[in-house]
Amino acid sequence: MAKAKVHRAQPSLDMTPMVDLAFLLVTFFMLTTTMAPQEPIAVDIPSSVSEIILPDKDRIIISVADDGRVFFDMDNKNHRAQMLRQMGEKYGISFTAEQQNTFAIMPAFGVPLATLPQFLDMEPEERNKVFQPGIPADSAHNELSDWVVFARMTNPRVRVAIKGDRDTNYEVVEDVVNTLIDRRVLRFNLITNLRSED
Amino acid sequence: MAEVQQGGGGGGKKDGKVRAKKQSTKIDMTPMVDLAFLLLTFFILTTTFNKPKTMEVNMPDKVDNPDQQTRINERDILNLVLAEDNKIYWWVGLEPPVNETNYSANGVRRVVLEQLQANPKMMVLIKPKDKSRYENMVTILDEMDITDTKRYAIVEYSPDDEAIITGNIPVEEVVQEAP
Repeated sequence: MAKAKVHRAQPSLDMTPMVDLAFLLVTFFMLTTTMAPQEPIAVDIPSSVSEIILPDKDRIIISVADDGRVFFDMDNKNHRAQMLRQMGEKYGISFTAEQQNTFAIMPAFGVPLATLPQFLDMEPEERNKVFQPGIPADSAHNELSDWVVFARMTNPRVRVAIKGDRDTNYEVVEDVVNTLIDRRVLRFNLITNLRSED
Repeated sequence: MAEVQQGGGGGGKKDGKVRAKKQSTKIDMTPMVDLAFLLLTFFILTTTFNKPKTMEVNMPDKVDNPDQQTRINERDILNLVLAEDNKIYWWVGLEPPVNETNYSANGVRRVVLEQLQANPKMMVLIKPKDKSRYENMVTILDEMDITDTKRYAIVEYSPDDEAIITGNIPVEEVVQEAP
């Protein structure tokens, strides 16, 4: 009588398809991911049913924090450096090449121009921690207006987007909007989240 | 681990012949897979798919000359004052009654829809008070979009509006004093 042999199955498992899939997904996510830039303030944006997507480039984002501080951000390193030089010329402040470099790759900022050189000289970690008082945007002393003008001069195609916090007083937003209207930026965007219809 | 090294290939011992040792062609892929999944997890968790959306706003240019300003019949105006504590005061034209409503679907949306139905020429004037929240303005602009209101404008909140809301309308006629 033939002895029934216990067939020893190989415990080995072909992982190749799984690995293929895993790498496919890794590649996909790597290519689609855009790293969120570090923001100096957290802005809790309101929601709307609008579905227009914010353009990725040629944009200025004016953030308004809930305590009314105004921050300015623009994309494109070259335009930023050029904007800073023109801004410095107007206010009689010269920026070193190093400061211009720092400015070009910096996230949104909210310091008056007078303290900007000092702010740019800081170490990146220190800059993240330091309190930024916001860009003056009221009618008495309006630097935001100049930033917008020079930004539009360096890049005429730029679009302005306002990223306001839900709890900001309308007063501050009104200042920003009036600044834009004074500079004949009559068409701008308000950044919102998509709201599911209630 | 999932992979088990198979008994190291050839190398028979029966006849004492020296044979090339056949190496297994299998590679242990486990560390690579570990790494792949680690990266996969990282990218899945950090990716945000919902890009921020925007509302486009068109503002009118400033008109210095009052003669060039658009004139509208006061009966065709629906005033919406965005007040503090998420309240909305609304009235038609220049006189009270001033009504109060809120931002729910049954609140301001119904008001706007009813007024538009009653008078298709109605223009909505949005007057946010300084102390109202930014969210209120965005919600109202959103409601204009939802209710398909074409004629609306954001206007500064004036002392006249304050007077209408509080009911202290300055009396223009000189009241004759009793003798």
